[in-house]
Amino acid sequence: MQNEILRMLNENARLTPGQIAERLNKSEKEVAAMIKRLEEDNIIKGYRAIVDESVFSPNCVKAIIEVKVRPERDGGFNNIAKRVSKFSEVSSLYLVSGGFDLLIEVQGGTLQEVADFVSSKLSTIEGVISTSTHFLLKKYKESGKMLHNEDEYERLKVSP
Amino acid sequence: MKDSKSHHKKRIAEHISVLPKSGIRDFFELVNTMDDVISLGIGEPDFVTPWHIRESAIYSLEKGHTSYTSNLGLLSLRKEICAYLEKDYELDYDPVRECIITVGVSEALDLAIRAIVNPGDEIIYHEPCYVSYAPEISMAHGVPVPVVTREENNFAISPDDFRKAITPKTKAILLNFPCNPTGATLTVEQKKEIAEIAIEHDIIVITDEIYSELTYDDKSPSIATFPGMQERTIFLHGFSKAFAMTGSRIGYACGPADLIDAMMKVHQYSMLCASITAQEAAEEALRNGRSEMEKMKREYWQRRNVIVKRFNDMGLHCVKPNGAFYAFPRIKDTGLSSNDFAKRLLSEKKVAVIPGTAFGACGEGFVRCAYAASMEDIVEAMERVKDFIKKL
Ligand SMILES: Cc1ncc(COP(=O)(O)O)c(C=O)c1O
Repeated sequence: MQNEILRMLNENARLTPGQIAERLNKSEKEVAAMIKRLEEDNIIKGYRAIVDESVFSPNCVKAIIEVKVRPERDGGFNNIAKRVSKFSEVSSLYLVSGGFDLLIEVQGGTLQEVADFVSSKLSTIEGVISTSTHFLLKKYKESGKMLHNEDEYERLKVSP
Repeated sequence: MKDSKSHHKKRIAEHISVLPKSGIRDFFELVNTMDDVISLGIGEPDFVTPWHIRESAIYSLEKGHTSYTSNLGLLSLRKEICAYLEKDYELDYDPVRECIITVGVSEALDLAIRAIVNPGDEIIYHEPCYVSYAPEISMAHGVPVPVVTREENNFAISPDDFRKAITPKTKAILLNFPCNPTGATLTVEQKKEIAEIAIEHDIIVITDEIYSELTYDDKSPSIATFPGMQERTIFLHGFSKAFAMTGSRIGYACGPADLIDAMMKVHQYSMLCASITAQEAAEEALRNGRSEMEKMKREYWQRRNVIVKRFNDMGLHCVKPNGAFYAFPRIKDTGLSSNDFAKRLLSEKKVAVIPGTAFGACGEGFVRCAYAASMEDIVEAMERVKDFIKKL
């Protein structure tokens, strides 16, 4: 049941315990208790809408930054990754395989803000060897949701 | 102009002119004249074919694969099908001699019946059932022999009723579990008993398992797996439902080589082969389609839980179907006939359901509600039905 609930909320966080219970054939109480536990255990980390941010912050700038770092003898990439993730400009941060080590998503109010973050904050951190910044031009899909509408195609209204 | 009816009295073959038109057709005409209808009358997935499958069809066209295939269908697809049946159904078929690709299960069913029926042979099937069964048998000059399945038996066919329907002319029994329109499935014990009767009376079993992936709680093995059954079973399956590929028109039949060979003759002369684009897409569905299929199945399962609970809560008794995407609630107690219920619900509340009688006379007192519709539509439709019966 736990995974089923997580899957459903991940898809649509506005489902109520009652709705979830009906779909899973469980009682509302059971589901509410499970959700509470998942919240307490920090498995559910929060709820928020997937929105078109350009509406409320039209000048918002996002970038993806590839970062090469020198791992430390104790702690490898962990310390530096945790340190970078403390910056409020950083919205996501991953350790990745391949030609660089950290993949960072940052956002700022203006292009200048993001550029300043990279040059004065990120690249000056001890252990950061190099950065490569890609500014995002247009978003097509986020968290599994396409951001453009496709024409609806209607089935026959009745079929055997 | 002369009255064409009287002038051309004999234009239409007798066995065709006596065929009834599908009751679903009438309803279709009616619904089509209305706007903003929530339809629970649609017997196909509301999902579009998963993108990776559509993409492989596009790629097939891009590569210029636009020819006929062998009559039996692409060998690579037949191999993929037999491997899938071995893994998921514990069925062992030879892709070269025991498998044929068809234009949907519709054609596979037609081939199976035409290949085995002599005029006057009886084919037993269960009602309420898919609208094509009795006409298919009649068109092949066979005699359709319906066996009623009952609500108190969760719409499973009773082996005793099967036995009682057998005569010296019985050639085959046609099974469809999970069932359209009831969603019923059979237990292992029921299948075992039916298998034993079929063997005892030397009867061929045609099993239409088009909904088999969409089985929710307990899944019993295919009747073809029971001892002595593979040699007398024609196993029909396809891609329409589980892979949401109704528009691709692709299905298959597996069975003993002599039967498949006979079906192959009919297919060769009537259809030639199924579309190569669809065949290549179907191959992709089997290779990489499992996770998308599971996702759709989870969604159907949730919708089933909701619709069944809502019907029972509002006082319309509804057996919990174990498969397919149909609920078959009893509306007898409203005092309305199935037809009146469906017509009034449509005109007063703009919700389309199909009268149970479209699937056989014994469907009177029931309606078929397909839950291959969005959860929002299902919930809204249930509110409207509740309102509707309150005011009766
Ligand atoms: C029981 C049953 N058999 C066969 C079919 C036809 O399937 P296909 O699209 O493979 O021709 C349907 C379609 O609704 C069905 O419900």
